Amino acid sequence: MAEKIATRHAYGEALSEVGKNPKIVALDADVSTCTMSCMFGEKYPDRFYNVGIAEANMVGMAAGLSTLGLIPFVHSFAMFSAGRTYDQIRNIIAYPHLNVKVVGTHAGLTVGEDGATHQCLEDIGLMRVIPNMVVICPCDGNETREAVRAIAEYNGPCYLRLGRMAVDVVTDIPGYHFEIGKAQMMKDGMDATIIATGMMVQVALKAAADLANENINVRVLDMHTIKPIDKDAIIKAAEETGAIVTAEEHNVLCGLGSAVSEVLSETLPVPVLKVGTQDTFGKSGNAEALIQRFGLTKESIADKVKKAIALKK
Amino acid sequence: MTADIVVINQERVFVMNAERIKELQIIAQDLRITGLKMVQYAHSGHIGGAFSLSEIMAVLYFEKMNIRTDDPKWEDRDRLVLSKGHATVALYPTLATRGFFPVEDLRTFRNIDGNLSGHAEMKYVPGVDMSTGSLGQGLSTAVGMALGAKQLGKNFTTYAIVGDGELAEGQIWEACMYAGAHGLDNLIVIVDYNKVQLDGTVKEILDTGNLEDKFSSFGFHVISIDGHNVEEISGAIDEAKATKGKPAVIIANTIKGKGISFMEGKSQWHGKTPNEEEFKAAFEELYQRKKELEG
Repeated sequence: MAEKIATRHAYGEALSEVGKNPKIVALDADVSTCTMSCMFGEKYPDRFYNVGIAEANMVGMAAGLSTLGLIPFVHSFAMFSAGRTYDQIRNIIAYPHLNVKVVGTHAGLTVGEDGATHQCLEDIGLMRVIPNMVVICPCDGNETREAVRAIAEYNGPCYLRLGRMAVDVVTDIPGYHFEIGKAQMMKDGMDATIIATGMMVQVALKAAADLANENINVRVLDMHTIKPIDKDAIIKAAEETGAIVTAEEHNVLCGLGSAVSEVLSETLPVPVLKVGTQDTFGKSGNAEALIQRFGLTKESIADKVKKAIALKK
Repeated sequence: MTADIVVINQERVFVMNAERIKELQIIAQDLRITGLKMVQYAHSGHIGGAFSLSEIMAVLYFEKMNIRTDDPKWEDRDRLVLSKGHATVALYPTLATRGFFPVEDLRTFRNIDGNLSGHAEMKYVPGVDMSTGSLGQGLSTAVGMALGAKQLGKNFTTYAIVGDGELAEGQIWEACMYAGAHGLDNLIVIVDYNKVQLDGTVKEILDTGNLEDKFSSFGFHVISIDGHNVEEISGAIDEAKATKGKPAVIIANTIKGKGISFMEGKSQWHGKTPNEEEFKAAFEELYQRKKELEG
């Protein structure tokens, strides 16, 4: 297995790489050495704007820049790039369908010690309820690079959710292919399906390995694109495995679990159990300790898989 | 050959051809008449903060802005962001009269089957450079356009019209801080300083204090004018365009509901629709003034 890398670090490299397109400009609100947009800034200083701690203005400026044919990537922590600027993103980026990429790093609990004010557990919900938005949450460094290339090519508003913590690379597998809106099958199985996003894909794979020791064979889908959600893969999983568990570093309300339930409740209702934070704020602490405390573990997932299987008709 | 008119405002002297002044005054009055018809068709719309802008719109779109009505997305055009996006009753008649789309389309304003939504809409309305409506946001987009012009080496000017009530939005000052700090001299902000907002006077709701000092301290070149005087508007835009190294703001002293005596300066006419009698009285007044101008 390759070395661990935080998705935000892989992002910094990937943005510098796609930055060879002279239309790409980057804006940051005084956290560029954390979001890693600084890497783009070092390579292309004349196309990098540090706007100061003014996220609303940053998003507005990006909207204006995009009307000139430029492709702005705006950066801050998810709490501020997606949370603070919901109105700006909705009204002056998504509504006119402008080609702006909003990047939220340090998403979820694993920001760690900075605590609840910085642990955005609602951004997937906030962004996916906006019409026209594409919402992507890659699980590892490799997938992040693929996602950056894809959103740079895609003409329209996107939200990219990234984490602070270094995570294992799991998508360096044969047959891996990234496409916006297409789930990646990480492991096949017929007893149940775990649909995971972001760093919970790695946790899901560990849960799947443990379950295999108990002769429970689960499918694992890496749902890197929350919107547009891959309905076909979800319905197929429901048809073929009959039980679903979702896993996300996000509130179980309005996130991946909700998106999956929305699809199945109108097509093929099967049990959908959700691993995520249970409608609560985070707290300060070591990232690993928080993962345990809030139940974002392989044990929680395995437990829910067994419950979901028991609920099958 | 008609004589030039000279207007002196504080230290400034504005000179403009008398015939052109009259033409622009008549255009402005026509924009009011067309705007009021639009509100009558729609049975809704913001009159007060649109009629304070009529002369400003006339001077911008019929005198100053470098635009092509047959190519609304022309990349070298001057841009205008109506940050106070509810003033579509000023913007849409201006764009239609200027030739961006048929004047008859104004009948579909705010109608479910039309594209002329209540607040400014860039996606479907030719000539609109930015969708606005959520107050405080438009100015940031204008800053982005001005910055982008510098990035791409383009010489167009970006105008942003903000309301005085809108100045309470913090994002306005984020945008001003950026524009001032980075010397965006291709940005011209126009404050529609009509001193009245939805709930009452600006002084009552949230006093702006000294606007000249505020903008000046944010790094702007400040020009205060009578926003209903076309020669002052024209001269102020020339001065703003000639300003190098810093953005300019034109503080346009205006009257909310200008041109309809019973609406002037009254907050209740921010977004209220007149009744039949009020429409009649309003049209009479507007046509009467137009006749005087044409006199």
